[in-house]
Amino acid sequence: MTTTETPPLPTTGRRQVGDSVFAGAAKAAGILILVVLAGVAIFLVTEAAPAITAAPEDVPGGEGLAAYIGPLIFGTLLAAVIALVVATPLAVGIALFITYFAPRKLAQTLGYVVDLLAAIPSVVFGFWGIFALAPALVPLFGWLEDNLGFIPLFAGPASSTGRTMLTAGLVLAVMILPIISAISREVFRQAPALHQEAALALGATRWEMIKMAVLPYGRSGVIGGAMLGLGRALGETLAIALVLSVSGGITFNLISSGNPSTIAANIALNFPESTGLDVNTLIASGLALFVITLAVNMAARYVVNRRADFTE
Amino acid sequence: MAKRIEVSDLDIFYGNFKAVEGVNVSIEPRSVTALIGPSGCGKSTFLRSLNRMHEVIPGARVEGKVVMDGQNLYDPDTDPVAVRRQIGMVFQRPNPFPTMSIYDNVVAGVRLNGGRMKKSDTDAIVERSLQSANLWNEVKDRLDRPGAGLSGGQQQRLCIARAIAVEPQVLLMDEPCSALDPISTLAIEDLMTELKDRFTIVIVTHNLQQAARVSEQTGFFNLNGVGQPGRLIEFNPTEKIFSNPDVKATEDYISGRFG
Repeated sequence: MTTTETPPLPTTGRRQVGDSVFAGAAKAAGILILVVLAGVAIFLVTEAAPAITAAPEDVPGGEGLAAYIGPLIFGTLLAAVIALVVATPLAVGIALFITYFAPRKLAQTLGYVVDLLAAIPSVVFGFWGIFALAPALVPLFGWLEDNLGFIPLFAGPASSTGRTMLTAGLVLAVMILPIISAISREVFRQAPALHQEAALALGATRWEMIKMAVLPYGRSGVIGGAMLGLGRALGETLAIALVLSVSGGITFNLISSGNPSTIAANIALNFPESTGLDVNTLIASGLALFVITLAVNMAARYVVNRRADFTE
Repeated sequence: MAKRIEVSDLDIFYGNFKAVEGVNVSIEPRSVTALIGPSGCGKSTFLRSLNRMHEVIPGARVEGKVVMDGQNLYDPDTDPVAVRRQIGMVFQRPNPFPTMSIYDNVVAGVRLNGGRMKKSDTDAIVERSLQSANLWNEVKDRLDRPGAGLSGGQQQRLCIARAIAVEPQVLLMDEPCSALDPISTLAIEDLMTELKDRFTIVIVTHNLQQAARVSEQTGFFNLNGVGQPGRLIEFNPTEKIFSNPDVKATEDYISGRFG
């Protein structure tokens, strides 16, 4: 058996073909994404250029592009931030309940229900916002104006229809709840049993164990999920277009009927009747949204990647 | 500080599966008790049942009694959290909290028990616990560094410091050296010999020499076959177990004829 010839290493064969096909397909898919993204960016920039270079009085509103887009950016960010502030703690609570507190049957059901929220079309959320949530919130807005009116957020006068910035933010919160809670659920579930046992063996209660061993571990995952939710909230069009009653510019007053619109909703509402430079202006606002969303996603990516440094 | 644990007629179940059957044993205070036996014989399960850590697994339950200081640990009124504050545990793999500094790791349990404390008090606890765990000299200049940055043996001693910082009555150790090199193992064994003056120590080990080196009492667990519950076959002074055991199965196991 000592004279066994060593066969030459195979240089070609089916496996190599399979490898190169797969590598090529993966590379093509990667390049395609870049091409599509670049195409969208180029389209936005070229179409927005006329509006950017136009004389201020030609732009809708007559005061220049910045004055037109500024309130829209503000409205977009305000609605998204309200949604984020409301949805994140709720989503973390739901995720913790599902992973550590609920009995298994209930946890599964609840998980399905929350995931189902993600499957509901945004137009349905919009109608729900107009016909159910907004009227239901009217008394609350009145109460806020009467009792917390000294806070600029609730200065009023309270909207009689309920179609306010706060309502829009709450609708968005419900819409981004599933993605934040789904991601939180996954990171909480992956928290190492090793450290959970360490906490329990020290005499930690369930909640103390979660504070010591689960939340620190899941923190960056939750932030990443929140950033993804924020991305969705920034781009949401239809629900906002339906719910928000738009008139007026930048204001922190959340419960009145005078609200700035959001970029996406403004495009959807005005695009059908626009021609010429108006279209270019809308596209310029779309470019602004594109840049904001890109920045948010890059921030999310940065935060999530910091998990790689997380020493265990 | 140290207390005796009396176990009588203890059966341990995971759901409908009986993992351990009919354990009767008295664990002496201020001594090291070693539990040996082949894999899957229930010795770790038994160890974890002593501070109700096995209840972390859904469906786990026991029948019988575990009494410490006149109190049945499985009394319906007994809070498992309170039990674990009295009976600390060190695990097979070192598990310092990765997001905490060395300092915060040591006082993690103390902060749970005591709420807000003065900095000078926690400083004293940290120094005393790390001294007791023979780790103080190695880490005193970097207490604010992450605990996960230490070597495996140092991490395990950090975990021991964390466990003894809350001044438990009993210290359970589940194969504490099986992930460590011989030098670190020696350090932990020396530590056990020092700590047994203050704590009741129960250790599960696969290393028979270790059991012979560190323990006063040794219990041998075995099971008759797969799917059968594990039993405590023999419990005797370590010297007797390793020289002249009462039961043939014990002799076969320690002489390497099986397991």
